[in-house]
Amino acid sequence: MGGWQNKVLRINLSNKKISTEGLNNNWVKSFLGGRGLGVKYLFEELPEKTDPFSADNKLIFVTGPLTGTYGAANGRYMVVTKSPLNNFITSSNSGGYFPSELKYAGYDMIIIEGKSERPVYIAIYNDKVEIRGATNIWGKTTFETEEIIKREFHNDAKIACIGPAGEKQVLFSCIINDKYRAAGRSGVGAVMGSKNLKAIAVRGTGGVKISDKNAFRKAAQVTYSLIKKSPVTAEGLPKYGTAVLVNIIHESGLMPVNNFLREYIENVENISGERIAETILKRNKACMSCIIGCGRVAVVRGEKEVIGEGPEYEPIWSMGADCGITDLDAITKANYICNAYGIDPISAGGTIACAMEMFEKGIITEKDTGMPLNFGNSDAMVKMIEAICKREGFGDVLALGSTRLSEKYGSPEISMGVKKLEFPAYDGRVAQGIGLNYATSNRGACHVRGYTISPEILGVPEKFDPVETQGKAELVKTFQDVTAVVDSVGMCLFTTFALTINEIKDLFNAATGLSYNVDDMLHIGERIWNLERLFNLREGLNPEEDTLPKRLLETPVSEGPNKGLTSRLDILLPEYYKVRGWNKDGLIEKETLQKLNLM
Amino acid sequence: MPKLIRVEPSKCIGCKSCELSCSFKHTGEFSPAKTRIYNEVFIEENAFITVTCMQCDEPWCVKACPKYAIEKNAITGVVVIDENKCVGCRTCVSACPFGMIKFAEWKNKADKCNQCGGDFPECVTFCPTGCLTYSEEDKPLRNKILRFVETVKEGNQEV
Repeated sequence: MGGWQNKVLRINLSNKKISTEGLNNNWVKSFLGGRGLGVKYLFEELPEKTDPFSADNKLIFVTGPLTGTYGAANGRYMVVTKSPLNNFITSSNSGGYFPSELKYAGYDMIIIEGKSERPVYIAIYNDKVEIRGATNIWGKTTFETEEIIKREFHNDAKIACIGPAGEKQVLFSCIINDKYRAAGRSGVGAVMGSKNLKAIAVRGTGGVKISDKNAFRKAAQVTYSLIKKSPVTAEGLPKYGTAVLVNIIHESGLMPVNNFLREYIENVENISGERIAETILKRNKACMSCIIGCGRVAVVRGEKEVIGEGPEYEPIWSMGADCGITDLDAITKANYICNAYGIDPISAGGTIACAMEMFEKGIITEKDTGMPLNFGNSDAMVKMIEAICKREGFGDVLALGSTRLSEKYGSPEISMGVKKLEFPAYDGRVAQGIGLNYATSNRGACHVRGYTISPEILGVPEKFDPVETQGKAELVKTFQDVTAVVDSVGMCLFTTFALTINEIKDLFNAATGLSYNVDDMLHIGERIWNLERLFNLREGLNPEEDTLPKRLLETPVSEGPNKGLTSRLDILLPEYYKVRGWNKDGLIEKETLQKLNLM
Repeated sequence: MPKLIRVEPSKCIGCKSCELSCSFKHTGEFSPAKTRIYNEVFIEENAFITVTCMQCDEPWCVKACPKYAIEKNAITGVVVIDENKCVGCRTCVSACPFGMIKFAEWKNKADKCNQCGGDFPECVTFCPTGCLTYSEEDKPLRNKILRFVETVKEGNQEV
């Protein structure tokens, strides 16, 4: 099959055994690649109830058949493992140059097993694979790590690594590649840290072959022209990056402020994409093969000096508005620390916001935190980000996330998230679809598993009333299944602002030589979603966890155009279960499993 | 005047579409290691640089080739390798001061940009930002001059 290298690299860090094997072709046909294929491998290979930090957990780096080709934004990979944050399946997506380089080196995926006694890194030069000592880089930032490995191993190597936060197993630490791109959420960096694996460096001089070259080139010209026509991918994202959303979401009245207590923040324009473009933005930057280029190269001078990528919409919200902060320099600085030390800024910001509310309510005091931690205190926010990364002082408590923090002090209702994963930047009380998506997403509160904000707020591909509950269960299911497909072929989710599965399947078919239609692709998306659900159920998921915090269910939005709204999950969830072919208790019906060939 | 592939560095976003489309057209594979145009990213220096053969008027590679396998076409201006004559001796590789001609081990011949040999250059087709253009006129130079002129104009207005 074209698109694939048909090679899996398997490395056991306990006994240092390195081996390669062919891809399981039946699984490739049933799960496409990327997220779907990684989930299938993990589901089949991981012993039930494995401790995420034990040597038995596996860490899978997996690309898709389109990774390393052109056509829109085909440079993505997934990190799939069992999450230490919530013991469920996680798959964390990233772009940059590393994923494509892995393909050029001749591998579709790497499966890391076992645990090294000492810090190591893996160096791959095509078919030469070595496990090298990393004692000299243990403790270094992601930026330093990349520089050192490039000097030591190969200047053109592409590197995915953890920072000190991953080493110290901060439960929401991430894996950073190419310095600024992150497999960000749900603690994949902590799993890598638990294995004493500092980095994977890869240099590949081969290529990706395609089944039908002419058809692929034609399909790519179609996707190019569609992306160049869509206002989101041709205008909004290149010009302002994801931060284009700051003004839109705030004006639409669903940007949570002060840990979801408020819905409005003064001077929001200070943290908008437009302001970033005017002040700190130097230019925009793409990942491999991406024609959108949403990345920002930003420069801040003076006391909070920073040169690098970012910040994106999510960190601007989580470490900004959600903490009552509109100081762009402080947010940019905090964002830089997150990249350097390797933590997920969404969960970090959400956890600090939770702590700020606890501080204002007197549940925790300066005795616990070591400093005033009120909403709007940008200095404290930056200090806490650093403390989390280093697990120093109160940061050591925050490093476990908002669920564990709030439970420790007997106030679990203050944690804003689902299944121990903190919310992203859209209020589920307003956009009913995104609320349902948070409640049901297989890795917890996650916006990139079914981004219904696109129809509900942006009106893409067509406008859905955010407040309406009618039809939302179907909408969420469709978005979740489509996303599973996009995540599996190796494409960036942002392409779906302009593309549909129809164009994506043309690229996929031309690359692989398969001939799937749109329904086949969606069927596979549904299969992937249900396999993730099966994994979670096996690992002990109680479907009662398909819910939202009380605040979103019972406390109405306090101000703004959506004042008075709450999430109608009571209506949405039973409908969703029905649409999914699950029973009323959230368990997958036998007929559904049969239909999806999951039995 | 012959046409050239022109580069406007300020428009580059580091997507490597040029490398991908070049290697795909000429080798049938997506492989940046096999490209004839090179896109390098320097984030901290805030610079993205793309380079390819500039089809010199007095090409070092042509002078160096002992088999007379490389020629500058009088009409198109493109410096072209005749693969039937090339013996893969790599003399041209060492002669080019810019590294824009290489030895391709997958065919044991020298390899360089030929501006797609009469087709419209593939890298320009797939460049998403207009960083690459294919024209007789040196537009990037003209734009640079205009930016300088703009600065001088603003300076004059302030005085």
